[in-house]
Amino acid sequence: MIKRSSWSIPYLAFLILFVALPLVLILVYALQDGTGHFTLSNITRFFSDKDSLSTFAVSIEVAVENTLLCILLGYPAAWILANKKLNRSAVTIILFMLPMWINALMRTLATAELFNMFGITLGKGTLLFGMVYDYLPFMIYPIYNVLDRMDNSYAEAAGDLGATPWTVFWKVTVPLSMPGVRSGILMVFMPTVSTFAISEFLTNNKIKLFGTIIQENINSSMWNYGAALAFIMLIIIGITTVLTGGRDAEAAGGAI
Amino acid sequence: MKKFFAQLYIWVLLFLLYAPLVFIAIFSFTESKVLGNWTGFSTGLYRNLFTGRMDGGSTLMSAVENTLLIALIAAVVSTLLGTVAAVGIHNLRGRTKRVITFLNNVPMINPDIITGVSLFLLFVFLHFSQGYVTVVLAHITFCTPYVVLSVMPKLMQMNPNIYEAALDLGATPAQAMRKVMIPELKPGMISGFIMAFTMSLDDFAVTFFTRGTIGLDTLSTYIYTDARKGGLTPELRPLMTLIFLFVLILLVVINVRQAKMRKSPVR
Amino acid sequence: MPKDIIIDIKHLSKSFGDKKVLEDINLYVRKGEFITLLGPSGCGKTTLLRQIAGFIAPDEGQILLEGKDISSIPPYKRPLNTVFQRYALFPHLDVYDNIAFGLKLKGVPQDEIDTRVKKMLKMVSMSDYEDRSVDSLSGGQQQRVAIARALVNMPKVLLLDEPLAALDLKMRKDMQIELKELHQKMGITFIYVTHDQEEALTLSDTIVVLNEGRIQQIGTPTDIYNEPCNSFVADFIGESTILNGTMIRDRRVEFMGHEFDCVDEGFGENNPVDVVIRPEDVYIMSRLDGAQFTGTVKSCIFKGVHYEMYVDTDKGYELMVQDYNGFEPGSTVGLLIKPSDIQVMRKERLCNTLEGEMVDETHVSILDAEFECLPQEGLEAGTKVTVEVGFDKVDLLDHQEEGATGGEVSFLLYKGNHYHLTVLTDSGEHLWVDTDDIWDKGDLVGINILPADLKITRKDD
Repeated sequence: MIKRSSWSIPYLAFLILFVALPLVLILVYALQDGTGHFTLSNITRFFSDKDSLSTFAVSIEVAVENTLLCILLGYPAAWILANKKLNRSAVTIILFMLPMWINALMRTLATAELFNMFGITLGKGTLLFGMVYDYLPFMIYPIYNVLDRMDNSYAEAAGDLGATPWTVFWKVTVPLSMPGVRSGILMVFMPTVSTFAISEFLTNNKIKLFGTIIQENINSSMWNYGAALAFIMLIIIGITTVLTGGRDAEAAGGAI
Repeated sequence: MKKFFAQLYIWVLLFLLYAPLVFIAIFSFTESKVLGNWTGFSTGLYRNLFTGRMDGGSTLMSAVENTLLIALIAAVVSTLLGTVAAVGIHNLRGRTKRVITFLNNVPMINPDIITGVSLFLLFVFLHFSQGYVTVVLAHITFCTPYVVLSVMPKLMQMNPNIYEAALDLGATPAQAMRKVMIPELKPGMISGFIMAFTMSLDDFAVTFFTRGTIGLDTLSTYIYTDARKGGLTPELRPLMTLIFLFVLILLVVINVRQAKMRKSPVR
Repeated sequence: MPKDIIIDIKHLSKSFGDKKVLEDINLYVRKGEFITLLGPSGCGKTTLLRQIAGFIAPDEGQILLEGKDISSIPPYKRPLNTVFQRYALFPHLDVYDNIAFGLKLKGVPQDEIDTRVKKMLKMVSMSDYEDRSVDSLSGGQQQRVAIARALVNMPKVLLLDEPLAALDLKMRKDMQIELKELHQKMGITFIYVTHDQEEALTLSDTIVVLNEGRIQQIGTPTDIYNEPCNSFVADFIGESTILNGTMIRDRRVEFMGHEFDCVDEGFGENNPVDVVIRPEDVYIMSRLDGAQFTGTVKSCIFKGVHYEMYVDTDKGYELMVQDYNGFEPGSTVGLLIKPSDIQVMRKERLCNTLEGEMVDETHVSILDAEFECLPQEGLEAGTKVTVEVGFDKVDLLDHQEEGATGGEVSFLLYKGNHYHLTVLTDSGEHLWVDTDDIWDKGDLVGINILPADLKITRKDD
């Protein structure tokens, strides 16, 4: 009798105006030249421009490396945190979550200052270190979340059926925690490709990432090419989301 | 033994994670221009920060004000919008529900730069001059999904008959909303508000693209410009330390709240 | 129709999407009556209650309260109150404020609220709990508060939606007695929804049995139990064996291969009927002389007060018998049924009657599928036809794709020597099937019918 579903209408309108339409505009601007005529030149320009392509390749490379490092370092941490026998303190969990809520820019600057203080030259190594440092909590949290909620009886059942703790870990725990790993990848991979300030600070602008060239183009009023680059990034987001099963992002989104 | 190594691993990670922040905090108590150069204990930087007596002090203070004001407006508006939306979405079925849930997820999945660039293009397209208003609108855009996400579980936990029970006992729909629904949703709304507020405080990329050219600065954009000029203004060190403490307290509050909610008996 | 009618429901119908939930419901409720809407889940009983409460608007029909149509009045203006299945107490209010909620909204003076709430608390024996948070109460206590919260407003009718379903058995029995007492004390009309037939028989003045959106039978508990009007009611209320029989003439019926005297008349001669036998109405004895028929005890289980036995009769039927004396499995026993304990019911249908259309001379389309049939002369393609299929002529297969079409077993009835199934076909029609095979409710089946078993006639316009 009372249709409260209509309450979603204002927000739906808001979403269409501020989420859907802007995304469509990226495509529209990407397919226009400066005078508003249709063109594919922005897209073809990207694929014929050596600099853009190599930046793109470097971004993907750094992002893949960063994601792998985060999984490698983060999974054991998440597993330990979720294991009631090894960790009984809620404080450590909060401590791992805390950096997620502090401005990434500030943390990056602090890291860069630290490198400077020890006289470490900024470059690929410091970039990766800083990236891992920035994004590790985003990998640990979703994995921890899944492991923590996991019903212990699965492991017990496997043990009961004769599996050694090692087998239990690889055959039961790891497969069941994949949703967490997937949302971790989603929360680490895309942001790495797209960041711009972080790579600038961590490499003294020596290494450019994809986000940086988008920012440079938009800021120097080359909107159409900037939009084309953003559109290419959107496609990669689409692919990553599909590959990792985007629904998990909901679980990750509730991260506090 | 196993436990020892596990604990060691955790604490080494934490040490690495916090080292830079701790260094910043330590060196906020000395007046040297460069980090790592200890010139004796002093609260001078804190004093400068609060009195504004330093190079570019007024712009830093206005950036702090902007940051807080924008975060406050964005959090209030997105809490209201998100709560109403969550009630609507909860009562939706089928295709519309899937569409709106998908759109709600988009700002959370999209990297900031995409949200920033796409909104920049929107405002260019609409010939909307960019400044305070556009930044606030952009912040509402990426904050509201988090409010929706924290109010939804409350709606799902809620006994579906509660609203009807209020009507049954003679409450008009408006009274039922005020006397029954809002008190029930309040914990979710507060969590959502805090999340939205922190998200907004945190933001750099979206603000960067939507602030226009009128010289509007939030703390993030101020730091960015400042760092690009070479060298950090020393007064940023105490500021970062304070923000760090503030977030720490906020997070503790949220977690204590959540722990309390979890402890309350299942309905 | 009696004069003291408080609620009168006329031609009420409701659909959700394509699904008809209620069809042409006609029902009146007398003032002060305890009336129960009884049926399996999904029968529409809760939907009917929610329409009376005003949470759902009817598609068609009227709901009259004391002669006035209230169909378009919002729930908060109806002088009715509801007790919800899961209580729906307001968790942010304590016991007192929950009960006072309705009175406060009506602007009743504070001192009057206080007296009424206290009186109500006393009535449900919860006087010491007024400051407690509702979360700290047990299920039974929460239910008492929910009842008090509704009754304190002195509604003209109290609606109860499976109020005891969430309680454990012991608590449920206690609450049943309390509810009955409360009803007598307050004199308020109760409309009660439940799927528990025992609860309905215990509490009600009148029972309304619903199935698949239609009223099956209205009557007092004794009427419903002793004289079920169809096999659904007989099967749903209490335990029974339902058997195929033939009415030989008035007061003489044949079933289980024997002829019996009965008290029913007016079914014609040699007409097929359904016969209901309650297990407690069968006399079982070790003497064989004087018995109407004999049997062998197959199983015997002690149920506390009585024994429940399954007996294989001399003509190959299975009969459920309850008696205070138990008989060893394997022993031969004599059986006897008194004429007044044999309940004869008219059969609802004798075979499946389906609407269809000829595809060509040897194919007919029924149930949204094509079936092969014997060559039909004079029936061209496209002719609308009626197809009759005997209950025992339908083949059910394990896999849906093996059949000409598929369906789901929606209802089972054991008829002594075979099962009578109701199958909901993929086309949304019902098919009734007699089979010796064992199926479960919810099984997905393939459906086949042999060409020779399709009796096709031109549909009369």
